[in-house]
Parts: sequence; structure tokens; C-alpha cells
Amino acid sequence: MSFLAPPHNQAPRGWRKVFYVNWPLVLLVVAVACFGFLMLYSVAGGDLSRWAQPQMTRFGIGIIVMFIVGFTPLAFWRSVSLLAYAGGLVLLLFVLFFGSVGMGAQRWIDLGFFRLQPSELMKIALVMALALYYDWLPPEKVSRFGFVLIPLAMIALPAMMVVVQPDLGTAILLVASGGVVMFLAGVSYWYFIAAFSAGVGTITAVFMSRGASWQLLNNYQYKRIDTFLDPSLDPLGAGYHITQSKIALGSGGLSGRGFMQGPQSQLNFLPEKQTDFIFTTLAEEFGYIGTTFLLILYTLIMVFAISAAIKNKNRFGALLTGGVAATFFFYFALNMSMVMGLAPVVGVPLPLVSYGGSAMLVLLGGFGLIQSAHIHRPK
Amino acid sequence: MKRPAKSSAENSQRLTRRAVVLGGIQGLVIGTLAWRMRDLQVAQSSQFRLLSDENRIRDRLILPERGLIFDRNGLPLAENLPNYRIVVIREQAGDVRAVLGQLARIIELPVEQREDIVKSLRRYGPSQKVPVVEQLSWEDFARVSANAPALPGIITEVGLNRNYPMDEDYSHIIGYVGPVSEADLNRFEDPDQIILSPGFQIGKTGLERQKGAILRGVAGTKRVEVNAVGRVMRELGRNDALKGADLQLTIDHDLQHYAQYRLAGESAAAVVMDVHSGDVRAMASTPGFDPNQFIHGITTKYWNSLVENDYRPLADKTISGAYPPGSTVKMVTALAALEEGLVDPNEGIMCRGHLEVGNRRFHCWKRGGHGKMNLADGLKHSCDVYYYEISQRVGIEKMALMARRFGFGAKPPLPLPSLTSGLAPNKQWKFDNYNEEWRIGDTLNASIGQGFVLASPMQLAVMTARIASGRAVKPRIIQRINGVAEPVERAPSMQISPENLDLVKLGMFKVANENRGTAYKTRINEPSLAMAGKTGTAQVKGISAEEREADLENDEIPWKYRDHALYVGFAPYDNPRFAISVVIEHGGSGSAAAAPVARDIMLRALYGTQPPLSAYPRNLWPEIREQQANEPPPNPNAVPDAPGSDRA
Repeated sequence: MSFLAPPHNQAPRGWRKVFYVNWPLVLLVVAVACFGFLMLYSVAGGDLSRWAQPQMTRFGIGIIVMFIVGFTPLAFWRSVSLLAYAGGLVLLLFVLFFGSVGMGAQRWIDLGFFRLQPSELMKIALVMALALYYDWLPPEKVSRFGFVLIPLAMIALPAMMVVVQPDLGTAILLVASGGVVMFLAGVSYWYFIAAFSAGVGTITAVFMSRGASWQLLNNYQYKRIDTFLDPSLDPLGAGYHITQSKIALGSGGLSGRGFMQGPQSQLNFLPEKQTDFIFTTLAEEFGYIGTTFLLILYTLIMVFAISAAIKNKNRFGALLTGGVAATFFFYFALNMSMVMGLAPVVGVPLPLVSYGGSAMLVLLGGFGLIQSAHIHRPK
Repeated sequence: MKRPAKSSAENSQRLTRRAVVLGGIQGLVIGTLAWRMRDLQVAQSSQFRLLSDENRIRDRLILPERGLIFDRNGLPLAENLPNYRIVVIREQAGDVRAVLGQLARIIELPVEQREDIVKSLRRYGPSQKVPVVEQLSWEDFARVSANAPALPGIITEVGLNRNYPMDEDYSHIIGYVGPVSEADLNRFEDPDQIILSPGFQIGKTGLERQKGAILRGVAGTKRVEVNAVGRVMRELGRNDALKGADLQLTIDHDLQHYAQYRLAGESAAAVVMDVHSGDVRAMASTPGFDPNQFIHGITTKYWNSLVENDYRPLADKTISGAYPPGSTVKMVTALAALEEGLVDPNEGIMCRGHLEVGNRRFHCWKRGGHGKMNLADGLKHSCDVYYYEISQRVGIEKMALMARRFGFGAKPPLPLPSLTSGLAPNKQWKFDNYNEEWRIGDTLNASIGQGFVLASPMQLAVMTARIASGRAVKPRIIQRINGVAEPVERAPSMQISPENLDLVKLGMFKVANENRGTAYKTRINEPSLAMAGKTGTAQVKGISAEEREADLENDEIPWKYRDHALYVGFAPYDNPRFAISVVIEHGGSGSAAAAPVARDIMLRALYGTQPPLSAYPRNLWPEIREQQANEPPPNPNAVPDAPGSDRA
């Protein structure tokens, strides 16, 4: 927002950059995170030190990272985009062979003090690399077949490496946010229609391959899809998550059961209540009013981010802003759909609210990129 | 990067358009989410609220404490002792086999027993508590409690267990409780929740069974909030269980214990009853068994020892044993004749040792004959021929009617299982059951309590009490329920003329108090407590002419062919208080086997404690002195005289 900015034609320098920060976006992010602290305090049964406190520390670090990234010139980020993407690929490869196994999937590299999840880093790196690609590519060539194949390969490579981890949720996020950057860059609608048709075809193939020798997904992934389609198939097993989460959501009603009064979450009926299913606790304790409030905060973040993208005359900056915003959007849209039984349980956290370090740091880094694009935008 | 300004502007416009489209699509998605949220949280909210409550709220049964049973002086006969036990809840345990395996490392729990538990789990719901081990020692209990965190689904708790402190003394009256079986369940059309709960113990026999409905009490419920693994977090509401009713019996433990002791070694029964109220002071049946053995499932060995015993320890002979009453029924025959005016009490009837009726010869027990007998002497000497004679005058129908007035042929109104009604036969009965005409010989046999006539010791005691009091007293064994006295109605008169009753009572007095009376040797020597009685020796098989000639001694005959020994009596003669009946299966003669037992028990009832030697004839003192010295002290659990005792 520029109402704080003094009339100036050139990119701001030094401390003056503070005036060019997109402050509404910062405030919205902090508001969502505070909502998250409240919920983490509640699901721990009123224990601050269990989840809320570490989350606050991480958020504090994340905010500092966001500002550092934001104050760093966009040109720098542009120059390291390819490097980040290549580094991400190497790390993904590394995790495939040497990564720690947790929850049945190889996702982390244990650095001792911190467990690095390369797939999280990749989400931003992919957006950066694609933005760079379309900044480099003359706009009239974007819909040419050859130049469409390149970004497709750039998306497919990390997505496939993530699928075999196996982490279907992150793979979907990668494909989706990559697709958004291509869409914003102006790739012809026909490609997207074709991709949509191909997607429908793939889903059909996935279902048809089940049980056949060329089965495309793991059995547990099929099972998740089955129970998503009909949770009553296995109410105490795989369908348990969805059933219990819907009960928690629904029983919250209009105004909720009250802070720390949600029986479903306080009595441990909800699985992974501090991570992927934290939205259900929020819904149970604050009701429709609470969930709508959070949804409005998320929507406002999207509004400010997309308008920042539109206002940005720098193509790299605009695409980067749109891409990161889309990644954020897919996070919360997928998570909410999942807990409401509109999408299969794929393991996507609620951004800025769910307990967890990697996702929060990466997202705040992403918001730093948006700020960098905003602060250093051409006038 | 340098680009033509126009192209750049165009690109920028396209990006703006795309961004707006993207924003629109995202807006649609967010709208869908909001709509779905409204659907779940507002439209379907009440339904989910219900599901949420179902998730967390459980109703748990609170088992009531079973009612206690006391004797008439307040002595506990059936009580509840704390029972340290371990239960398992299937849904919390997960792999029950593994958890039990862990448990077996802490306490002794053989593999077979573990498999039995796993099998029994199927009968109950996943959230029900199923017993694993009962009657744990305190050390084991503490050890398991300490290790509870490592044993999911295993819970230690203190329950209550039935205990019978008097061991064998009440094995038949009170019976015992045990685990609910299929057969038990079939007895109820709509079984109470309590009966279906695991570990519940149901009354199997005796009062425990017949009064089970009031003894077991009413289950309470508590509503609790549980978490996802079923652990109770807090109690939301409670509806306390109602303890079962306490029963106070009319039985006097000291007397009951003595009677059991006095009959020990025989297959026998004795009943002592208050002649006015009908209160049963003692009803002993030997041999008994230890009811405590049954509570947690009896061993096969012990069970077989009970079932294969010729003395039938499991049967309550006082009420389910139907015996030919022998001469003890002669008072009834006499009264039938007297009331009909068919015999003058002073009329002499000649006994030559036998009587020819039709072409058959009916023998008196005294082969040489008694000579001329009047009514009182006929009772005193128990002359069979006298009764053969008068029964022909009365006829079986009148005799049967009189027998029924004295309680024969109908079940006594007692809350006990397997009551026999005995048998007071008449012509119709024989025709119905044998499709044969009644013969005069049947009448003669019935007059001396042989042939078809059957009675239980309880019925004989009732008969004696009715003779003694002249009133139709009914037996009862429950004096108070929950401290509230059961109403006692003054029994209606027997509608028998007092003169006739006095004649019969006089005859009974002579039996036990006049020289050469059949029970003279076992008389009570204290005049104010004198007992009137009647002996009975009942044949259990027909006697052939050769056997009669051989005149075998009792111990020369196989046990099961020996005569039953019977005795009925009441005392004191002047002012009757107690009636007694004693039946000793295959005991030989009534006067030798049953009468001494009856005297001892009666004296115990009259004195309320060990009687003085002066109550016995002087010639018996050495024998009695020895007998009394060998008596065991009263049951160690017994207290001398509880407050509120109404022992006279």
C-alpha cells in the first residue's frame, strides 16, 4: 500500500523500505497466526508450553525471515530462482534415498536441530523458477507447444519425486500452484481445457487400474479415496478421521461450544488435532461464526495478494506474487475441503494455524517474496 | 529486459485479466467452502450435536449390593465380602491376548485360563467389564494396580462377593449364588439388566433363588463422559443403585447348627416349628455341602462327590424328600375315626398280632399281638391291628380328607424350590394313576402310613404342630424383610373337637412318658417340658414271609432296604411350643434311631442351650454326659445372644 509512501519515483532504499511494505498483508498474516496460537493452546487442554509456545517462537523467527526476504531486492531472488529450483530437486532426490521415515513416508532430512522437508521448499522454488521462465520467455511464445512442455516438465519432475515419497497432498499442491503460474503467464485456455480432460482421464485410469497389474496408486491411497467417497465403509478405521471431524464441525453449530469446551477435541476423538485437523477444533469451539471469520481472513489475504500481483508492473514480481498466493490458497482450500469431507484426507496443514515448522517457515518466506516484489516494484 | 512499451502494456493487461479470472475461480471455491460450512454447522448442526453426545456419553450400570440374610437373632448367614478382582474391557485392551500375556507375567494366569477369558469376551459388549481374576490376594492386587499403565484395558476393582459364614448349615435353606448360565437366562422372559451384566451372580438354589428378585436389588446408572479410548473423564449424573432386601429368617442358628450336627453321618432330616406361629426354628438336612464352593464355579471333583453320593447331599430332604410316614400318621387315622364318631375311645379292640381281611393276613409289628387296645393304648404301643380295624370303619375317602386338613398332599407355602406335596391317596387318585380299583388292603396300609401315603419331614412337622395347637398353622421361614416384620395371622382353628384332640395328644403323651410306650426310653425327665410324640418305622419294601420269619437285625440288611426311622413330637405337653419331626433314611426303628435325636433337638430348642443332665432320665446320664462332652462348640461365628433376640 502506498498511502504511507512519500512521493518517490525510484525503488526505496534502506530503512525507507518500511514505508513500502504491504502492511495489511502482514497484519492479516499475524491475525491468522494468533488465531492459530489460540487453537493450539486449546487443543493442548490449556497447556501453553505443549504446542502454542513453540509455534509462537517459530512464528517469530518466520516473521523475521519474512522481513529479511522482503527487504532483499527482488533482482536477487530472481537471480537465485534457478539455483533454488535445482537445489530443491537435489534435496528431494537426497530425501528419497537417505531421508528419515516418519508416518510411513520419507519426507524429512534430519538436520539435528531442525527437520528439513524439501517438498515444502520446492513449493516456493517451483513458483520462482516458473516465474523466471515466463519472465524470460517472450509473451507471444507462451502458448507454443514446445514452450509449454518445458514448464510442464519443470512441474512434473518434483511432483513425481514427491508422489513416490509418498506424499500425494504436496504433489497436488505443486501441480496446482505450477498450473496457476502458467495460467497467469497467459498460456492458452485450450491447454488448460486439455489438461482438465487429461485429468479426468487420469482419474478414470487410476480407478480402472485398481487391482490390475499396472495399478497406479498404493492400496492405502485407494482406501483413502474409498473412505472419502463413503466414510461409513470404515467408521473406526480409515473413515474415522472424516466421520469424527464432520461430527466436530457440525456439532459446533452457529456459535460453537465455547473456547476449550469442545468435547470432540478435548476428549481426543479427533486425530492429529494439532496439525491437519485443527480446523475442526476451531469449528467445534467457535462455531460457524469462528470458521467464517477465519475464512474471511484468508480471503482478505488472497484479495490483497492478487491485487498486489495485478498492480505489479514487473512480470517476474507479479507471477511470483500470484504463484505464492495460489500456493497459500491451495493450502487452506484443500485442508478445509478435507476436514469437511469434500476432498480425500491427503495430509495438508491449515496454513499459519496448524502446528509445524517447515510449512510455516516456507509460507512466511513466500510472503517475504511477495513483500519483496511489492517493495521493489517499478513505479 | 527491454521490451516495446506497447507489448509490455498488453502483457500486463492479459496478466490482470488472468488474475481476475483466477481470483474469481478462487472466490467460487471459497464460496463453496462457506456454503458447505453453513450446511454442516447450521443446517445439520443438531444432528451432529447428537452424534457428538453419543460419542462421549456412556451410561454405566451400578450393580446393587445383594441383600443380606440373618438368622432370627441377627446372626449373618449370607454376607458380602470385598472381592479384589481384575476386569478387562475389550475395546480398551485392543489385543486382549497380548494384554493377558503381559498380566500373566505379574500374577499367575495359566494359558488355558487366558483362552477361556478370551472366549467369554464374545458374550459381552466391547465396552463391558469382564472378570479376569476374582478373589485376588492384596499383594497381587497391589502389584497389578501399580502396573496398570502398562496394561491397557485392565482395571483393578473391589467388588463384593457372596460368602456363607456358616458353611454347610444352610446349604439347602439359603442355597448359593453362581455365574449366570443359559438355563438361568431362559427362566426370565425379559431379564433385568443386572442379570445380563458380566460377573453378576444369580441365586441358584434355596432362598437365594426363590427370593432372588428382592435380594438382588435394583441397578443404578451413572452417566459418564468418556474420551476416545473410553477412559472415564467425569461423571455427569448418577442414579444410585438400590441395595437388595435383607432377609431375617425364623431359623435359630444355634438350633439349626445343633440339628445339623446331631444328624451328621446319616441321610436324615429334622424340622422344628413353633406350633403357634408356624415359625420354622430349624430345618436340617444331612449331608449338606459347602455353598461357598459354588460361587466361582465348582470343581468337577467336588461336584461328582456330591452327585454320586447315595445320601444325596444336594437334596433338601426336609421339603423335597417324600417318605412313607409309617406310624407317625396314626394320629390322623385316629382323628378321622373319632370325628366321624366311628370309634369309642374306650372301646377295646383285640390285637392277635395280625388281622385277616378278605383272604389276606395283615400283620401287626408285634407278632405276638398287643391284646385288647383302646385308642390311647393303640397309640402308645403303636398297635397296627387297632388301626386296621378302625380304618375299615372310616374308609379311605374320610381318611384322605383328614390327612389333607393336616397338610398332606399339598405343598407347604414356603419360598423354597423343589417342594414336594407328598401324597394323601384316595380311590380317584388310584384310578387316575394306576387305572385300578381301590382295595381294602390299600386302606389298611394307608392307616399305618404305608403303601401310597407319602409325606415330607416339613409336612410331618406341620401335622404335629396342628395337633398340638388345634390350629391350621402354616410354616414360614422369613420373619422380616428389610427389618419390616412379615405379618403373622393367627392361624384358623382346625375345627376338630378339643376332646378328640386331647385324646390323641394323651395317646402321644403315653408314647413318650409311660412305661412300655414306644418312646419311653427317650422321654424328657423334666415334667414341665414333657414331650408327647409318636415313633414311626416305615418299610421301604414289601416283607416276604421268609424275611418275616428270619426277623433280621437292621445291620444284617443292605442299607437301602432298611426301614426309615421317623419321629414326630411336640413339647411341652401342657403348653405346647414346638413341634418336631425327624426322619432318618434307612435308620432302622423309629424308637431306637429317630426318637433320641428328636429328644436332643427338642431339648436344645426348649432350653436354647445345652440342656442340663436333669432333663434326661437318670439311667441315661453317663451316656448323655459323654455325648454332651463331645459336642462341638456352637459355630465359631455365632454370637451368644444378639440384642433384640426373642429367644425364650
